[in-house]
Amino acid sequence: MAVNFTLNGKPVSADVDPETPLLWVIRDTFRLTGTKFGCGIAQCGACTVHLNGLTRRSCVTPVSQVGGGTVTTIEGLDGPEAKAIQDAWVDIDVPQCGFCQSGQVMSAIALLREIPKPSDENINQAMGGNICRCATYVRIRKAIHNAADTLASTAEG
Amino acid sequence: MTDLTRTMAAADVPDDLAIHNVSGNGVSRRGFLIGSAAAAATLMVGVYLPGKARAASAGMDPAFAPNAFVRVATDSTVTVIIKHIEFGQGPATGLSTLVADEMDADWSQIHAELAPANTAKYVNSLFGVQGTGGSTAMANSYSQMRKAGAAARTVLVQAAANRWQVEPGEITVSKGVIRHTASGQQTTFGEVASDAARLEVPQQPTLKTPDQFTLIGTDVPKLDSRPKSTGEQRFTQDLYPDNLVVATIVHPPRFGATVASVNDSKARKIAGVIAVRTVPMGVAVYAENTYAALRGRAAVEVQWNAANAETRSTVEMEKTYSEAAKKPGLNARNDGDVEQSLASADTVIEAEYFFPFLAHAPMETLDAVIQFKDGKVTAWAGTQIQTLDMGALAGVFGVDKANVTLYTEYAGGSFGRRAQPGGDFMAEAAMVTKALGSDRPVKLMWTRENDIQGGRYRPLAVHRLRGGIDKNGNITGWDQQIAVQSFMKGTAFESAMIKDGIDSSAVEGSRELPYAIANLRVGQHLMDNGVPTLWWRSVEHTHNAYANETFLDQLLEKAGKDPVDGRLALLGDSHPRYRGVLEEVAAMAGKAGPVPAGRERGVALHKSFNTYVAQIAEVSDNGNGEPRVNRIWCAVDCGVPVNPNVIRAQMEGGIGFGIGAVLYDAITLSDGGHVEQTNFDRYRSLRIHEMPDIEVSVIRSTEAPTGVGEPGTPPSGPAIANAWRRLTGHSVHRLPLVPVTA
Repeated sequence: MAVNFTLNGKPVSADVDPETPLLWVIRDTFRLTGTKFGCGIAQCGACTVHLNGLTRRSCVTPVSQVGGGTVTTIEGLDGPEAKAIQDAWVDIDVPQCGFCQSGQVMSAIALLREIPKPSDENINQAMGGNICRCATYVRIRKAIHNAADTLASTAEG
Repeated sequence: MTDLTRTMAAADVPDDLAIHNVSGNGVSRRGFLIGSAAAAATLMVGVYLPGKARAASAGMDPAFAPNAFVRVATDSTVTVIIKHIEFGQGPATGLSTLVADEMDADWSQIHAELAPANTAKYVNSLFGVQGTGGSTAMANSYSQMRKAGAAARTVLVQAAANRWQVEPGEITVSKGVIRHTASGQQTTFGEVASDAARLEVPQQPTLKTPDQFTLIGTDVPKLDSRPKSTGEQRFTQDLYPDNLVVATIVHPPRFGATVASVNDSKARKIAGVIAVRTVPMGVAVYAENTYAALRGRAAVEVQWNAANAETRSTVEMEKTYSEAAKKPGLNARNDGDVEQSLASADTVIEAEYFFPFLAHAPMETLDAVIQFKDGKVTAWAGTQIQTLDMGALAGVFGVDKANVTLYTEYAGGSFGRRAQPGGDFMAEAAMVTKALGSDRPVKLMWTRENDIQGGRYRPLAVHRLRGGIDKNGNITGWDQQIAVQSFMKGTAFESAMIKDGIDSSAVEGSRELPYAIANLRVGQHLMDNGVPTLWWRSVEHTHNAYANETFLDQLLEKAGKDPVDGRLALLGDSHPRYRGVLEEVAAMAGKAGPVPAGRERGVALHKSFNTYVAQIAEVSDNGNGEPRVNRIWCAVDCGVPVNPNVIRAQMEGGIGFGIGAVLYDAITLSDGGHVEQTNFDRYRSLRIHEMPDIEVSVIRSTEAPTGVGEPGTPPSGPAIANAWRRLTGHSVHRLPLVPVTA
């Protein structure tokens, strides 16, 4: 039975086993490959997407749970927080191998949407589920602070 | 790996795949793009395709290709061919910087492309094969890439000079613009590229002097930061050629076990599963999509033959290693008379160290896409030793290497895991593809469980150290016995790496201990073990540096010496680069002020792969009796710092990688030889809240550049352990610091 949901702003229908994890629907069915497989058990966060605006580990989310919902992947990002985060990522060269960074970016954007000026502790809470084996954490933290500053100065300006 | 000779090259040279195949012909590669584009049109994609299209088209019309490393397109795009795999350590940016600087190109016109397998063109001059490892990418490319860029510039200038009827010496180039100031004329690389293509390329072009560098030594932005922040960067996992078959594999539950029988009836009933096949290393499941392949993998029932399996637990292995290390082994170094010095010492301390197996656990699990069609093999993978992987592909399919095309893909980390002396993963992927008996492309993707339980670990090691101090507080004796398994034995690297019975990898960093200790012995015990092992970021420097630097710190403390001054005194005047980084890091920590209450600092110093690194860690108790690493100061001397920003990033990452392993990680085998960890839940990775603040100072050296991918890792563990000992009085001789709970 097909599952209908909104993916990156457009209505889609996935005619797959309803138990299929959202990750594989995104990748195999819709060929959006920015969202990665890293562990399959919601430990690493490489598969992080936004489901109805909140971060979700797509590797353990059956697509049946997504029916009628709104899914955003890294390819469908929009808005000032997304721009600020991605620009900050590039500005201080956060990525190394880059494989986890889609998930990191998705988590960071969700954080800034909820807490525009996060503390280090807020960052630890929001980003603790995203593993980076290259350990780019020093720069991830700095880029989030930089993006928050950019958003604040834009708002003031 | 720096000692590898050139003998490999003669045996295994090459398949001359013309460079234009990389992006020009690459029919299948373009097929991928077309396939993706079709998907985009009917579905949605959006932002990720234009980037890919641009990436593929850059240099597709190379008007001027003076050598194997540089192509100039008519739109002035300069494509730099990178012979080393990129998995975050920075060669795409670093090697491009060398070319761009010599060409006087503008950084914005530079595009990097990973070279395919082609040993003749892209050999690592330090290995004799095409491959990346031992932090050699910069060291073996520095002159080569500068020459490639300088040659391109010389010819482009000559082409402009011919066009303007002026002397080349009157022409200047800056930021990609070629100028003749006297006549007021200017042009671009692209405009003269076609003319340049008809001129002779100098073999020994004039290189810049260091004072003329405009990009080398600066923080040029990394070329891959944008695509890696937007999801556009393509990895092997992301390849979906038309008609793709996804394969998963079940490996034996013990190392060395083989398939006895398979019941695949349940797996075959799963919608989407195409086939189940037994291959030498396990059972492969083929499906139309990844989920079906994963379900099929879970549903296959396999009986295993464990007759030849390694069935010992890691506890048993440690006992065996410990017994061996109690006796003197084969001497890798033997200065003075160690036994005599210990017998006459005022104080002798002893320590036994236990180091666990460690998995690399790169974020992207091992994977490859292979197609065998019309007698030709095409493969895409994060291949790290292309020459050997190429050999594995040709061998499995039984074809001449001329019929094998292997593309190097960007890889989601490696830390050594993708560099395989036996090409064993590529052979496995090839066997899986071949066993299907189809001409469809097959993507073999390991699960995280395949990865964590798949062996090729950093070897388990036991060290026994004894140190003697005389009545004046001088360290007079040092005996280090290292029991460890060799992963060079039986590989293509054995003859280069094992000399007179000494595996230079096994004892690296201990044999070369720089401290002036008159009686110093390093003994090696090579242990048999059925668990396959491999180099792991910084290879054996990781456990050797830990033993060296924590034991030395204990000796210095016992002798009443300051850890920094004591080390400097032992270095004397003959090790200026060791001294340089140690003095620099001490100054950095000093500037930060006194140690805050509840914290302590520890120092460690180690050279690996000809790069010198000193670190000071500031550590506290996290409230659970476990270390919390608050800060790390790091000084690094890697010769000419080509891109200080990349160097700092590699130190940060190398430190984080080291901290995670030293604090939390061990692969353990239960009684019977089953690996007890399966995934990131029990093979714990460092997370953001556990990462310290890190400050890195890069020494402004003029020595030839050396690597930075690995050398940041070894000092991090001992620096933390030394701080922890000073904080708690507890010497940690068994890693990880936080005991693993099974």
